[in-house]
Amino acid sequence: MTAAGDRLGPTLFERSRPGRGGGKVPHPPKDVLARIPAGLLRTEGPRLPEVSEPELTRHYVNLSQLNYAVDTGFYPLGSCTMKYNPKIDEWAARLHGFAALHPLAPDELSQGTLQLLWELEGALAEIGGMKAVTLQPAAGAQGELTGILMVRAYHRSRGDTGRTEVLVPDSAHGTNPATASMAGFTTVNIPSASDGGVDVDAFRAALGPSTAAVMITNPSTLGLFESRLCELLEAIHEAGALAYMDGANLNAIMGRFKPGEAGFDVMHINVHKTFSTPHGGGGPGAGPVGVGEKLLPFLPSPRVLREPDGRFRLETVGERPTSIGRVRAFVGNTGVLVRAYAYIRVHGGSGLCEVSEDAVLAANYLKARLSEILDVPFSRPCMHEFVASSATLKAETGIRTLDVAKRLIDYGFHPPTIYFPLTVEEALLIEPTETEPLETLDAFVEALRCIVAEAHSDPDLLHEAPHSSPVRRLDETKAARQPNLRWKAMTGVQTPCPD
Amino acid sequence: MAYGPHTAEDRARMLGAIGVATVDDLFADIPTSLRASGLDLPKPEPESDLTARLEALAGRNRVDLVSFLGAGAYRHFTPPVVDQLLLRGEFYTAYTPYQPEISQGTLQTIYEYQSLMAELTGLDVVSASHYDGATATAEATLMSCRATRRERVLVSRGVHPHYRETICTYFGGASLVAEEIPLVPEGPAAGTTDLAALERMLADPERPVGGVVAANPSFFGLLEPMAEIGRLAHAAGALFVSVVEPVSLAVLATPGSYEADIAAGDGQPLGIPLAYGGPYLGILACREALVRQIPGRLVGMTTDVDGKRAFVMTLRAREQDIRREKAASNICTNQALCALAAGIYLAAMGPHGLRDVATLGAARAAELESALAAAGAPRLHPGPYLNEFAVRVPGAAAIHGRLLDHGILAGLPLVRAVPDDPALTDALLVCATEVTTSEEIAAFAAALGAELAGAAR
Repeated sequence: MTAAGDRLGPTLFERSRPGRGGGKVPHPPKDVLARIPAGLLRTEGPRLPEVSEPELTRHYVNLSQLNYAVDTGFYPLGSCTMKYNPKIDEWAARLHGFAALHPLAPDELSQGTLQLLWELEGALAEIGGMKAVTLQPAAGAQGELTGILMVRAYHRSRGDTGRTEVLVPDSAHGTNPATASMAGFTTVNIPSASDGGVDVDAFRAALGPSTAAVMITNPSTLGLFESRLCELLEAIHEAGALAYMDGANLNAIMGRFKPGEAGFDVMHINVHKTFSTPHGGGGPGAGPVGVGEKLLPFLPSPRVLREPDGRFRLETVGERPTSIGRVRAFVGNTGVLVRAYAYIRVHGGSGLCEVSEDAVLAANYLKARLSEILDVPFSRPCMHEFVASSATLKAETGIRTLDVAKRLIDYGFHPPTIYFPLTVEEALLIEPTETEPLETLDAFVEALRCIVAEAHSDPDLLHEAPHSSPVRRLDETKAARQPNLRWKAMTGVQTPCPD
Repeated sequence: MAYGPHTAEDRARMLGAIGVATVDDLFADIPTSLRASGLDLPKPEPESDLTARLEALAGRNRVDLVSFLGAGAYRHFTPPVVDQLLLRGEFYTAYTPYQPEISQGTLQTIYEYQSLMAELTGLDVVSASHYDGATATAEATLMSCRATRRERVLVSRGVHPHYRETICTYFGGASLVAEEIPLVPEGPAAGTTDLAALERMLADPERPVGGVVAANPSFFGLLEPMAEIGRLAHAAGALFVSVVEPVSLAVLATPGSYEADIAAGDGQPLGIPLAYGGPYLGILACREALVRQIPGRLVGMTTDVDGKRAFVMTLRAREQDIRREKAASNICTNQALCALAAGIYLAAMGPHGLRDVATLGAARAAELESALAAAGAPRLHPGPYLNEFAVRVPGAAAIHGRLLDHGILAGLPLVRAVPDDPALTDALLVCATEVTTSEEIAAFAAALGAELAGAAR
């Protein structure tokens, strides 16, 4: 067993022993609950684990060490922008004044956070070239839903009810078509052209009076700027549809391209990508949405407003009847937004432009170096990420992208995004971000060079990779066929409650 | 740039390897007419200045008042071990665990979270997390329509008004109808879901109901007749969605015990800071039979090729990256780190600790009820409650404003949250938890008493 394997440990439930733990809060007086009818109470206490704090701490610290993370190594995960997460942002979100503020506290008690949110909206509007921004959506996908629901409200407000379709390129993230469905639209998939851009002929054929919106990821998920964008935007607006920009790849274009000024009507931003709020093992993120003039009336409520006297307030219930309404309980993932605010402030306008320049520079450097080793289907300059492919390697050796990715783990790297976008065979989508030093990028290139050599000399080594991780390849079929989604043998909590 | 490692030499070397003269050459694909020239934003700010700015902003918030405000977000004691462990970079800077071989830490903590929440709710399937209580409830409601292939849901007016509004927003996209079940206007059950009205609404054979949604405790803090609501829903072929508060589940009957099909709620009370509304934790749980209808990530136990126990995201055919337009939801990023916080919190408190938290809140609330009644603000509703309740206060909104000057945040004037219910014009919703002290209660009662006496003169 490897050293890492030794850290695999019992679950919380296996660690539990009756009588351990406790001491966090005082015991209440007896019979407090006698005023509540017995039928409304739980008959047996929950069988939660009983562990002491030292065991608890080791449990979680040991588990943490089974993870790969930005703080431990290079994460070239395309479309995810796994850049360094500044520590000052964590500090900021934990400031007592931010962390302890109740979401329904009256405006007069909330001026600091309201000011921060208002300033952040302004900064994101400037970056996106948008008229206004809502910070309410909790993640990119919820931002998409918010945007498309506003599109729906816009068409309805004009009595234009025949627009039932949303056009989505086939290279888009799965959230785009899923969002269109959730918002009650039919998705029309548009094929990609051989240069990686939208197939303009197919696009024009699909566009028409039933098109509500076109969702364009720009730069695309192939890492390419949509070079015929002017033509696309003009056609969309001529058809009376709205142009939605998926801002997942905003990290490439800050200060160089402002979607709103270019003609996009609505865009979501993933702050956990571009503005470096940590991914948290899957969340939380935040998905602000910027809009142009047409969608202003429909923004979710409540908005943050600034009064003429400089004070800030939230809209009251029902203040703006054209709003699509709330998309969540409270104003936003504020703790995440504090981090994004700090990130934008520390960089300033010029620093954010440099972020994009360095992200694009690093991606093109890695692409140039890797083109000697793997297929690189699109030769024109990429933006912040690029697609490589193991198609040739597979034809020569039978080694697939999955094997290459898993073997990278043995070399100490997180694999790139694989088999996405769906339009490129044996795809590896690689995004180095701007925060990785050249030494790391070079080491990554050398690792891939070694892996390709191994594919020819010792293919079984790759089929069975990874070899050095805490666990090896998993039986995913078993997980799906016989789902075990919870620990059933809860123990150790049958002891009576101590006095 | 603040966190960039590249020196001028590094950049020159990269440009050389690419074979271009300047960085501008790499942006040549952007059509000239669409090019922007920089950002009109403030200058970069050194961290030393930024910390001062952030401290000043945080200082402009007033979090020093004695607070009785709950209404969907609750002040609790969080053992410091929770945040200390959350600060492990291996947890918070990791991505979604798509590569299970190097993500067992995150995967096991999610599996444990699912198990803990299953134990609290009495339901077997728990999603890895949703955005918050409101969106989890909206997803639960959509799920009930999907599972029954029906297009109408009934939502009690005892459900948090922001949750009801979120359901409406989500339904704005789908061709679904959400109708409100009224509350009993008077008598011993005043303020709880009107069972007779529910029965009438369910009786329309032309418009079958897919889901019935009720909250326990309700937005008004009342304990609802959940078993009866569930029976009526099931008799009409609808699913029953229970909106829950997780700390209360240490002592209250569980959704599983009263046969709810789906439970939703907000996990914020489990060690997650108030933080002006988020990030929180959307809890979504269901019966095993609905496992393929539940949206969001699920983690399951399996083995690796060597037979070692391991964890992996599973049943992924429900998700947007696989199913695209046919997915159960568009959800992708969730609130994994908040689920981790909740897991650590529950493990740190243990079964007795969590029960103590719920029971202490109930004890403080009873003390608050007596003190406010003595001060001239009796309860608005007579039925049982746990730790939150409404009190009748003439001119509630104005008095609430004046009490702020006395350093007291007197809960929520209900007229602000539910302006369309005249019965709530003169009412405050107040709550107590284990951190509420007798001194705070006495101060609130004295200040409120003085205001009411002043108003009466």
